[in-house]
Amino acid sequence: MKRVAVVGVGQTKFGEHWNSSLRDLSTEAGALALKDAGVEGSSIQALYIGNMSAGKFVSQEHLSSLAADQSGLLPIPATRCEAACASSALAFREAYMSILSGQYDIVVAAGAEKMTDIRGETASAALMGAADQEWESAIGLTFVGLYALLTRAHMQSFGTTREQLALVSVNNHKNGALNEKAQFPFEVSVEQVLKSPMIADPLRLLDCSPITDGASAVVLASEEAARKFEKPVWIAGSGQASDALALHDRQSLTEMLATKAAAKIAYGQAGLSPGEIDVAEVHDCFSINEILAIEDLGFCEKGKGGSFVEKGNIARDREMPINATGGLKSIGHPVGATGVRQIADLVRQLRGECGKLQINGAKTGLALNIGGSGATAVVHILKAE
Amino acid sequence: MTYKSSVPMFWRLQGSKYRLVGTRCTKCNSVFFPPRSLCPKCRRKGTVEEMTFSGKGEIISYTIIRTAPEGFEKYVPYAVAIIKLDEGTNISGQIVGNNIEGMAIGMRVRPVFRRMFEDGDRGLIQYGIKWEIDKGDSTS
Amino acid sequence: MDIGIVGYGAYVPRLRISVEEIAKVWGTNAENFRKGLIVDEKSVPESDEDTVTIGVEAGRNALLRAAINPKKIGALYIGSESHPYVVKPSGTVVAEALGLGTSLMLADFEFACKAGTAAMQCCYGLIKAGEIDYGMAIGADTAQGKPGDALEYTAAAGGAAFVLGKDPLAILEGTCSFTTDTSDFWRRERQDYPMHGARFTGKPAYFRHVLTATKNLMEKLSLNIDDIDYFVFHMPNGKFPTAAAKTLGIPMEKIAPGLVVKRMGNCYSGSSPVGLCATLDIAKPGQRILMTSYGSGAGSDSFSFMVTDRIIERRDMAPKTEYYLKNKKNIDYGTYVKLRGKLRM
Repeated sequence: MKRVAVVGVGQTKFGEHWNSSLRDLSTEAGALALKDAGVEGSSIQALYIGNMSAGKFVSQEHLSSLAADQSGLLPIPATRCEAACASSALAFREAYMSILSGQYDIVVAAGAEKMTDIRGETASAALMGAADQEWESAIGLTFVGLYALLTRAHMQSFGTTREQLALVSVNNHKNGALNEKAQFPFEVSVEQVLKSPMIADPLRLLDCSPITDGASAVVLASEEAARKFEKPVWIAGSGQASDALALHDRQSLTEMLATKAAAKIAYGQAGLSPGEIDVAEVHDCFSINEILAIEDLGFCEKGKGGSFVEKGNIARDREMPINATGGLKSIGHPVGATGVRQIADLVRQLRGECGKLQINGAKTGLALNIGGSGATAVVHILKAE
Repeated sequence: MTYKSSVPMFWRLQGSKYRLVGTRCTKCNSVFFPPRSLCPKCRRKGTVEEMTFSGKGEIISYTIIRTAPEGFEKYVPYAVAIIKLDEGTNISGQIVGNNIEGMAIGMRVRPVFRRMFEDGDRGLIQYGIKWEIDKGDSTS
Repeated sequence: MDIGIVGYGAYVPRLRISVEEIAKVWGTNAENFRKGLIVDEKSVPESDEDTVTIGVEAGRNALLRAAINPKKIGALYIGSESHPYVVKPSGTVVAEALGLGTSLMLADFEFACKAGTAAMQCCYGLIKAGEIDYGMAIGADTAQGKPGDALEYTAAAGGAAFVLGKDPLAILEGTCSFTTDTSDFWRRERQDYPMHGARFTGKPAYFRHVLTATKNLMEKLSLNIDDIDYFVFHMPNGKFPTAAAKTLGIPMEKIAPGLVVKRMGNCYSGSSPVGLCATLDIAKPGQRILMTSYGSGAGSDSFSFMVTDRIIERRDMAPKTEYYLKNKKNIDYGTYVKLRGKLRM
């Protein structure tokens, strides 16, 4: 199979951008990615942009053309991809496949979300568009609530503890404290997590990723085109899978079957096993989701995710560094931008450009981006060579 | 918020929302609540027909919502559970009544009829099924 | 063939607020109300309960006891003065929720606290005329009482449903009404709370109508007090039905089973119907129950029921009134104000 590389990455600071609009953020991230790649806009042949809900957050649909226009890329084809919080991993995958198909040589994949122009409770209701409107949103469920249901089931089945969940946030904040792009660049203690306000039992405020504005972009190139760039990082595997939209329709509440299916494809394509991954970016929208990811990506046995975290295995200097740049928890979670932000961070790790957050000698990286409460999972594996 | 303020979207589901009308596949006997119009197992080879569920079942996971989305603020705190219905399928539902704080996985529940949502002061009042802990004491 | 009640069911929300809790807020003497009104506490609906949900729960209990296919119900009438919509029937929601058929005569009734018994009379008439086989009558309310008003100590929530038809558990032996234009209590359009005539609600209103209707029915059926085992009178409080019984020379034990007001307050259209349910819960075959409702404005409907053997098999098929009276949780005034939407926001 032909190979595709990521040759440039860009990310706005994540946080509350009172002075920047959705179009400003998209344009900034794109410009940063092109600058990083050292490529002219005239070389870009197509744009794929992930965005969950600009229609609800800023009443703007048809974001694809808007982003192409604002970035000065007209008249290239621009496509918006949506799978809730996995929207930009989808955009990245579509961009990857468009090059694999032979149509293009240089393509931009981006993600953008502007969430703070509406009130928090309205944003919360908008996010519930990613769940089952008729049977989950209609009864007053929230995303914290959905993940709380998964948390309770995991605690019941495997004895996962509140402290273990808290340690996920502690780890990610410890990393994010050193990330200048992070929304919340500070450390938190187990005690702080356990004393933070209860949002949906047993999940507390500091188990939850925040509402964030931000955008991210990467430049992808075909094998041939990539030779002209300085530091290509190669896409070794790309898997995507689906599960039932509603939690009550799932076969299991203690595993993400979509993650397992997507990971199996990605590992197979990359010819790698979980033990051969040097660094992973996983979707810690809520603390339980990192524990589920650790298990379902095969970093440990099912049910042992809590103790895996408790043993400190996910720290930057340990065997399986996870969310080494801060994760969704500390960096922030502009839902449609997260998937490409994960890819960008992995690329910087594999290039050895992460400074204090660098995982020394990292050659392989995995990104898991999840949509909704697990109905979409997208796994990408990147290799330095 | 379209679903909650759309009269036809709610009206279409009234039978299911008010009295748990679901479906079952006549070929493989799988039961569906919420109703499905196509059996995912048999697909076009199966046919589905209406089936009303009893609403009795047990809690397989639960939470208490303390920060509500728009329109649910006045019910806070409220409990939501995933319920395994006796007929063999799961549904999400609010748990009301006694013993909310003492809720546990495995507890039996029975259906009650309640207001689900009000579309402001002028819009529709949506009704539907919630659940309460069933200690088996109501007809003793 | 005899016509009467084939299934009955009550429903009372589980929340209660005590007379003390209300008196504390308004600086009144709780003991005066407790003794004067003979009410200890009143039921309060949860924020997701209303006349429709109470009607459905009571209706479901009545159907459980009737043990008939709900599609056989030919008429549904719901009496209430707190229908959730001003325009759009409560009954359509209740009918759909209970799975009644679509060849259904249906309307919402309003006649202050007696609309539920008016619904029973309509069903009875249609069955007797041979138009329908079964009819369902519901009386339910989430009663309004203005904060600080005497009504606030008693205005409660609850209701009862009756399936009427043939082969009854209690034969409806006869009914009659007494109706005049007497304005003792009213609520104008767009007003949240009713006005009432204070002491005028007593002698010329409640007592005149309740006593006249009761006497008229006894005369019509040639009955005297000794022929009747239990009496249920509308219960705006505990004092009025007790005084009515005394006037008629009825021993207190004959009204005791139906005197639910002390523990739950006055649920308006559901008041005497819930009292009737509580009485049916304990009555024996061959016993006679006389119920007289009262609706301000004003009128009374009186009914005589003869309990049959059927009561034995059907009584335990649904929760009894006592279950709802016992299943309770007391709340404070602040919670009550929030739940009842009395906060101006």
